[in-house]
Amino acid sequence: MAFEPTLLARTSKPNSGKLDGYRADGGYAVFEKTLKDKQPLDVTTQVKDSGLRGRGGAGFPTGLKWTFLPKDHPGPIYLCINADESEPCTYNNRILMEKDPHQVLEGIMLSSYAIRSQCAYYYIRYEYGDAYRSTQAAIDECYAAGLLGKNILGSGFNLDIYMHRGAGAYICGEETGLIESLEGKRAWPRIKPPFPAIEGAFRKPTIVNNVETMACVTQILRRGNDWFKSLGVPPDPKNPRDAGSYGPKLYTIAGHVNDPKCVELPMGVTIRELVEKHGGGVWKGRKAKSVNPGGLSMGFADCNLPLKGEDGKTEYDIPLDFNGPGKIGCLGLGTAAITVIDDQTSMVDVLHNVCQFFSHESCGQCTPCREGTGWMLKITDRLRRGQGRREDLDVLVDVADRIGIMPGTTICGLADGAGWPVKTAIRKFRREFEDAIQSGSKSTYAKSLQLAGAH
Amino acid sequence: MSALTEDLKNRIKAYLPRYPRKQAVVLPALHLVHDEMRTVSNEAIVEIAEILELHPSEVHDTMTFYEFFKTDGDKLGQTRFWVCRGLACMLRGGYELLEHCEHKLGVKCGETTTDGRITLEFAECIGACDGAPACLRDDVHVMNVTTDKADALLQQLQLLN
Repeated sequence: MAFEPTLLARTSKPNSGKLDGYRADGGYAVFEKTLKDKQPLDVTTQVKDSGLRGRGGAGFPTGLKWTFLPKDHPGPIYLCINADESEPCTYNNRILMEKDPHQVLEGIMLSSYAIRSQCAYYYIRYEYGDAYRSTQAAIDECYAAGLLGKNILGSGFNLDIYMHRGAGAYICGEETGLIESLEGKRAWPRIKPPFPAIEGAFRKPTIVNNVETMACVTQILRRGNDWFKSLGVPPDPKNPRDAGSYGPKLYTIAGHVNDPKCVELPMGVTIRELVEKHGGGVWKGRKAKSVNPGGLSMGFADCNLPLKGEDGKTEYDIPLDFNGPGKIGCLGLGTAAITVIDDQTSMVDVLHNVCQFFSHESCGQCTPCREGTGWMLKITDRLRRGQGRREDLDVLVDVADRIGIMPGTTICGLADGAGWPVKTAIRKFRREFEDAIQSGSKSTYAKSLQLAGAH
Repeated sequence: MSALTEDLKNRIKAYLPRYPRKQAVVLPALHLVHDEMRTVSNEAIVEIAEILELHPSEVHDTMTFYEFFKTDGDKLGQTRFWVCRGLACMLRGGYELLEHCEHKLGVKCGETTTDGRITLEFAECIGACDGAPACLRDDVHVMNVTTDKADALLQQLQLLN
């Protein structure tokens, strides 16, 4: 049976962003029904039982996060929507916001009702101008229709949604960095605990959720948990800590494919299927050398590296659920955004690009990250200029190993995400890096090092 | 003389009821001022701080963190044109496109053409990877930008009123 998209079901319709079209497709019916028939706790319980895990990158169970809020808090409680989507090569939230903003807004309304929030801040990256305008227009329509504001549909429930635009800083996607930025300060992530659910925006209990997560909440309330759990991958019985990978997921395909695009599929599709079937195959008749499986922070898969104990399969065949990428040494599923690198491309150039990004986007608060990302950029720049030294690869891995939450040297995970692609690239493509050092060959892109800023 | 017009001040103040603290209006205020005046001058910082009951250094601290706003003595051109250098764009010609635009306009990234028309910037991944290589025209995505398409677009921007 062919899979029918739900999150993207409306995106190709004309005027898909308009309220009347959304309503004609059954939109806001479940919100109205929920206000009438359900208690906030019922919604939280349903979302918790659905197995929904956050779509922003970490995969934390959404309903469980909501239950961390203090009980019987007098308020205010805030909901922050993380629409900072700055993980390189990721664009699924942009498609939702541009093409079906009401689906996201309905999820925000349902979630706000569940957590008893009367105010949601929709933090969107500056670069998403069209998404900002389509979402703001949708919010305006909702106010005019009485779906937002005071005493919504006579239920006594009040809700305001305010858009808040960022200013081009990746760190604002870290949830406490987002909160600091929202508060008008430099977006330096906070030391946790306290977690935002206890003390978040404006020192009040706060839930930060991703855009696609909100769209999933809408569909879960509309279609039910049986539907949601009929898709994806159940928990691994051998792993008691696995919460499963249920539901549909938006995968984005970028890089060296014939047809880069965003597709919705049940969780657990393999990289190979995404590239060959949905992305139109690798471009120019070439072969895939490496794939970044979920945003740069997740590291690299080697498409030619055989999987142990699985005859004929390689890292190209891993499933993209919450557990798959971890099995080949990647950090996780991340944003489920895959980037394909063909066999004509130098991994030295790719890794330099990655290091350039993280060095530029390190917020500068923690010394190991600020300095470490800079060192990794300088070393990879040396490599691509044909001036690499024999010890450079070990130094790179050493730096990558020492920066981040996991080694315990930084406040947030940016540094873990900066180190992971370095470690995985050098481990899996060491021969290529060694050859580059030995031959002293110079990258076609090699120029003098551009000075990186500190945000 | 005031750096900000009454109208601009009122538009900043209109944001105040949205937040429990005035400081939260720093980013919206900076965007309003930057969009209209193409820079945030030191005088503008002082006036934003007055409205938000902050010390000017607090506004300055937040503003400079983002490296997004042009500061005193520097000014955005009429259009800000960003070329994405993220991995997805790099793999499909983003670096070549950036270099092409620098040559075409005779400026380096971060600089403005002498006629004040275009400020060229590099951007970290702008989330337009399905149309790589991609650019941002102010805050609007332009997808699948070939060098020919870039030339036509830049020419069009130079003729804008």
